[in-house]
Amino acid sequence: MKALELTGNVPAATSPAMMSQAQHDPQHEGFRFGGRAVCAAMLALGFGSALGGCVNVSAPDKPIVIELNINIRQEVIYRLSQDAENTIKQNEGVF
Amino acid sequence: MTKILFSNPVAVLGAVVLTMAASGGAMAQEGRDPAYAAARAAGQVGEQKDGYLGVIGSPSAEVRAMVRDINNRRRAIFTEKAAGKSTIEEYAFATACRLIAQTQPGEKYQAPDGSWKTRGAGAPERDARCP
Repeated sequence: MKALELTGNVPAATSPAMMSQAQHDPQHEGFRFGGRAVCAAMLALGFGSALGGCVNVSAPDKPIVIELNINIRQEVIYRLSQDAENTIKQNEGVF
Repeated sequence: MTKILFSNPVAVLGAVVLTMAASGGAMAQEGRDPAYAAARAAGQVGEQKDGYLGVIGSPSAEVRAMVRDINNRRRAIFTEKAAGKSTIEEYAFATACRLIAQTQPGEKYQAPDGSWKTRGAGAPERDARCP
C-alpha cells in the first residue's frame, strides 16, 4: 500500500525551486496539483506515516531540477555563442 | 635598459608582445593594453570559466588592479548584451566558451574543474556545455 503511494508520488514537484522551474511547462503543473491531491487525500485518510513518505519522495526530484537547468543553459549558451563572438570582436581591449 | 630586459623574463615577454602588436603581427592583441597583453603572455592572468579574468599566483598590485578594472568593464558589457536574451551569468559563460577556445598557446585558462591550465597546441579543456 505504502509502496504504491510512493510510486504514484514520484512526479510530484512541490518544492518552491521546482515550481518556479515548471512554470512554463503545463505538464509539470498538472503533476504538481496531482501530487498535492494525493497528499491531501493521505491527510484526509489520516495516514501519518504515508505523509512522511510524501515528503521523502520530493528529495529524488532534486537532481532532476539540476538536469533541467543544464539543458536549458546549454541551449541558451549555444544560442548566445555567435553573439558572444561578436561582442569579443567589438571589445578587443577588454577580452 | 637592455640589462633590465635580460634580467627579467616577464619584461622580455612583454617586450616581445609589444613588438608583435606594434608590427601588427598579433591581430587579437591589437586592442589590448600593453600591460594586459604582457600579463596574459606571462601567465599572470588567465581566462576563467565564468567569462571573467583571473589572476594566477600573487601578481603585483598593478596587475590585480588591472584585472579588476577589466572585469568591471566586462561585466558592464555582459550586462548590456545579455539584456532581453539571457541572464548576465549565462552570457558571460557563453563568452567564456569562446574566450577559452581563442586562447593562444602559452596563455592560461581555467579548466571545468577550476584548475588553471596552460594552453597547448591542442584544444583547451572546456565545459561540456560549450558549443
